[in-house]
Amino acid sequence: MTEPSLAVIGAGPAGLAATLAAATRGIRVTLLDSAAEAGGQFYRQPAPGLGARRPQALHHQWRTWERLRDGLRAHVQAGTVRHMTDHHVWFVERRGTDGFAVHALVGPEQEQPAEVRATAVLLATGGYEKVLPFPGWTLPGVVTAGGAQAMLKGGLVLPGRTAVVAGTGPLLLPVATGLAAAGATVAALVESADPKSFARRSRALAGQPGKVAEGARYTGQLLRHRVRTLLHHTVVAAHGAERLEAVTIAALDRDGRVRQDTRRRLVCDTLAVSHGMLPHTDLADALGCRVDGTDVSVDDEQRTDVPGVWAAGETTGIGGSALSLAEGHIAGRSIAARLAGRAPDPGEWAAAARTRDGLRAFFAAVDSVYAPPAHWAEQVTDGTVVCRCEEVSAGAVREAVHELGAGDLRTVKLLTRAGMGWCQGRVCGSGVAGVAGCAETAGRRPFARPVPLGVLARAGETEEQ
Amino acid sequence: MVGAACALYAARAGLDVIVVDRGPVAGGTTGAGEGNLLVSDKEPGPELELALLSGRLWTELAEEIGDAVEYEHKGGVVVASTSDGLEALETFATGQRAAGVEAVRVDAGRLRELEPHLAPGLAGGVLYPQDAQVMPTLAAAHLLRASGARLFTGAAVTEVLRGADGAVRGVRTGRGEIHAPHVVNAAGTWGGELAALAGVSLPVLPRRGFVLVTEPLPRRVHHKVYAADYVADVASDSAALQTSPVVEGTAAGPVLIGATRERVGFDRSLSLPALRALAKGATRLFPFLERVRAMRTYFGFRPYMPDHLPAIGPDARVPGLFHACGHEGAGIGLSTGTGQLIAQVLTGHAPELGLAPFRPDRFPASASTASTSDSEEAS
Amino acid sequence: MNPLELVRAEPGPAFTVTLDGREIEALPGQTVAAALWTAGVTSWRTTRGEGRPRGMFCGIGVCFDCLVTVNDRPNQRACLMPLRPGDAIRTQEGTGHDD
Repeated sequence: MTEPSLAVIGAGPAGLAATLAAATRGIRVTLLDSAAEAGGQFYRQPAPGLGARRPQALHHQWRTWERLRDGLRAHVQAGTVRHMTDHHVWFVERRGTDGFAVHALVGPEQEQPAEVRATAVLLATGGYEKVLPFPGWTLPGVVTAGGAQAMLKGGLVLPGRTAVVAGTGPLLLPVATGLAAAGATVAALVESADPKSFARRSRALAGQPGKVAEGARYTGQLLRHRVRTLLHHTVVAAHGAERLEAVTIAALDRDGRVRQDTRRRLVCDTLAVSHGMLPHTDLADALGCRVDGTDVSVDDEQRTDVPGVWAAGETTGIGGSALSLAEGHIAGRSIAARLAGRAPDPGEWAAAARTRDGLRAFFAAVDSVYAPPAHWAEQVTDGTVVCRCEEVSAGAVREAVHELGAGDLRTVKLLTRAGMGWCQGRVCGSGVAGVAGCAETAGRRPFARPVPLGVLARAGETEEQ
Repeated sequence: MVGAACALYAARAGLDVIVVDRGPVAGGTTGAGEGNLLVSDKEPGPELELALLSGRLWTELAEEIGDAVEYEHKGGVVVASTSDGLEALETFATGQRAAGVEAVRVDAGRLRELEPHLAPGLAGGVLYPQDAQVMPTLAAAHLLRASGARLFTGAAVTEVLRGADGAVRGVRTGRGEIHAPHVVNAAGTWGGELAALAGVSLPVLPRRGFVLVTEPLPRRVHHKVYAADYVADVASDSAALQTSPVVEGTAAGPVLIGATRERVGFDRSLSLPALRALAKGATRLFPFLERVRAMRTYFGFRPYMPDHLPAIGPDARVPGLFHACGHEGAGIGLSTGTGQLIAQVLTGHAPELGLAPFRPDRFPASASTASTSDSEEAS
Repeated sequence: MNPLELVRAEPGPAFTVTLDGREIEALPGQTVAAALWTAGVTSWRTTRGEGRPRGMFCGIGVCFDCLVTVNDRPNQRACLMPLRPGDAIRTQEGTGHDD
């Protein structure tokens, strides 16, 4: 390898910020991303064929996006950044003194291999939604809140006519307002958080005036679209034969248990549900990077504990796009300095570091406010499927714990197959841990994507194409 | 798994059994195994005798808990790519037959009937109807449940307690002391560490293995299938068996491909070359797998001993201490026989197989390791 | 209001694909899932255990619930797979593989 190079995995806010920061400082960057367009989940763009003339109607912080987009374009044109779209990275291999080989599958079919060599790697793999199980959650028409949003932003489609948006977390507001603005009737926004905990955390939350204004703007939009917001409520069950027809919601008592006398049914054809976010840590874990709880562990420069591997954005802990931008920027500058053989001066990115610190504190407070009901697992009946892929019921998970001596997520998985299916436990991990009453641990998924055996049989044999 | 089988047969022999494990049930190598119950890969000798005994015991157990542990009497098919390879395979099988193994020579046509998706052009093979399969974690959990033994999981053994006469009188764990006149070391790959706590050396070493798991498929691979060709090692004038990965379908849908063998200590990093070798071997045997996706891979550390035979039986150096570990990649299969033999010697009966080849103190004393231990039971 | 109006979309000409032989319309750039939603279809797979209907869930390729057969290729994620004119979508049963 003649000159140092960087592979950035993920073209969301963190990956883009890092790409621009590093490329501006003379580093040759290859940006790999699974989507056809840059932007990640937050700045997911409508497919060009759809001819959207005002995509910003579905977005926030559009100006920031324009800056990232134009910066990327300029670098791609100048040949300083190679943007590999539709590249699904399944494994990053350490090759000793040779740096790294990034193994990807190309195109939506994910059958053809591609390999990129680089001296350093930035993992900006983002996050995905956490959804806890409840009776009826496998019915068609029940979607994740982020999934409804992604389909709206990317495909300009709605899941149905009448939606309930439910769960907990700051994502519910933009999803409810987005669906309503796009023409869906939002029958209710059902948030399990307790208003009292907002009050308790008001000081930490007020420390971010931008975020307070954002919240106020959503509240205004909810009012305009006549969306009823029910705080300290939860969805108890979804109903329907072959697809969703209604949900039962109920208020929560002080301990977070369902108040049975408050149960009522809402007719809807869509339930958009979310209980927070989880980082994608598979590539980091397979590289041997330390993962604390569910987050990739990084230092002040966004370096992981594996030399040559940086991480930024949601993969290091959920915190939204502004935090991802700050982390990506810091990572990009750190990489540029380190690959040039010098120690960076953190003074160069003092502003970004302040933003990072403030937003991390803010999201720690947000995390403590938005929480699923304390006793949500009690609502999961034995017959409820908790592992959607392998169709493992809550009853089977409980039997593994009570009858067969399982006390941790891995043993539950081995005894029940919960988490062994296509999604490899990404969707059911939190739910199975809750039902089993054991700690939630980041699952080990050596392959970040399923990989054809024919590709695996040749992976890493060839020199860079 | 071996510990669970020892618990079952000891309890059935009338002993009061406590099972101690520093982790969860099947938390060591068992949970990372494929659940092979094989006779096909064993040459005549003590390990094959143990495998045949174990196979009979598994068949009996299957009548009680076969469904729960996903017991499948699927049979193994060993294929040869060339006619020379087939002749060598047949010679090997002849020796096995004399030792009591059922081994049926199959020609190329019959091979395609047995496994229609095999690569074309193979010379033939040998069918081993006694090869079978269990899901190892379920097997360990259900054997423990059937044993009625008391289970202490998450309790690491920190000391082997010994009386003034040097005899074992129990173990100390993170959850208190357990007193018993017999301690069975079934700590698998970590058996050497437990032995060291009792002051004796037992050279159990880790040998890493990766297994690949595919997307769920309809049943396309019906037996345990692997290729075997003898490659004459001229220098040592001995024959080394070169095998391809074992490919098999499972009741749950995925095809399992395993496993690699590497001596790399307890290295937990993923090895792409090892996985590549597995994928290569499997797709060569079953070309349709080229486009089938691997969903995951996992690895474990087989407990191997210098002569590739397990340590089974009393330790003459420490009265009351018994060993049941070091089964390398065959621990699931050999567990039942091991448990039976241990139960027989614990209750003062003559073991139905001679234990001399498995004597735990058969190795010259060497540097022993000391640290925490894994799994064992007291009775 | 609908989503296309909201962003003042001027999509390219619609084209035809089939779902189990039935013709449905799709817009350029739309994924299988988006076109099926537009056609009012919310499930296109049955599970291999219980035979229960499934459709889109996570929308970003993580959950694999939206698996579907496209042009005889099973187990494609409907939420990721863009459509081309003439594509044949088939409802997928079980593992998606024949035999």
